[in-house]
Amino acid sequence: MSQQGGLRYAETRMKYAIRAGDVEHGGSASARIKGELTAAGVDAHTARRAGIVAFEGEMNLIVYSDDGGTLSVAVEPHAIYIEVEDDGPGIEDIELAMTPGYSTAPEWATDLGFGAGMGLINMQKNSDHFEIHSHVGAGTKIQCWIHRPKSNPPSDEGGS
Amino acid sequence: MNLSQIVERLSLEPIVEPNEPNAEVTGGFCGDLLSHVLAAARSGDLWITIQHHTNVVAVAQVAGLSAIIIAHGRRPDDATVSRAREGGIALLASPEPAFEIAGRLHQLLSAPA
Repeated sequence: MSQQGGLRYAETRMKYAIRAGDVEHGGSASARIKGELTAAGVDAHTARRAGIVAFEGEMNLIVYSDDGGTLSVAVEPHAIYIEVEDDGPGIEDIELAMTPGYSTAPEWATDLGFGAGMGLINMQKNSDHFEIHSHVGAGTKIQCWIHRPKSNPPSDEGGS
Repeated sequence: MNLSQIVERLSLEPIVEPNEPNAEVTGGFCGDLLSHVLAAARSGDLWITIQHHTNVVAVAQVAGLSAIIIAHGRRPDDATVSRAREGGIALLASPEPAFEIAGRLHQLLSAPA
């Protein structure tokens, strides 16, 4: 339970423990996160992007992690920082995992509409800065920064 | 056209009633792959799907969708219904296939007011 790195300068922090295989509650942390961000005064567009990033991260922990992991969110003055971390199994080939349509989801997950091979890409597209670090046997850490628009009309809509 | 008018015109069964029945519906989206819906649906869309498990509620919440139409006679379980109630997401059921619902919804939304 460490609070470090991008979480240091946070105004508001949230941390959720996500259990592997807990599809029943899948997405509930993310829905709560979006609500909290909105309540904290984050604009609707940014809260939506953060919600999507959180949802994909949360479902990845549920579907793929060995023992679950953590979903952490920090509200900073200029950005929302989301971190998704687990202790395994780790991703063998990150480039392949980031290929649209590629998925290793088990059949039970695809039956529910997961495993489209779009999750990591959705996280990247809805982030202004995206990092993924993974080692087989050690785990995966994904870091996403979502910029908050200034009070004047945002010029950087839509992610990249 | 608002949500309650659409419920009536498409003979949808409101399993969970809309919180804001007068909310204007501007568009719709069909999809059963959750990441695809998150990637492509627009905020405020009415979502037509055959998925009917608890996760669809979270998808609608994070994507800001106006309501979920569960197509082709599928029924959500109790957990899904209670999560939709808690989350303020309307669940609307229809016996018709997604194609039929989408076609009729498209006509309704395209008709001159």
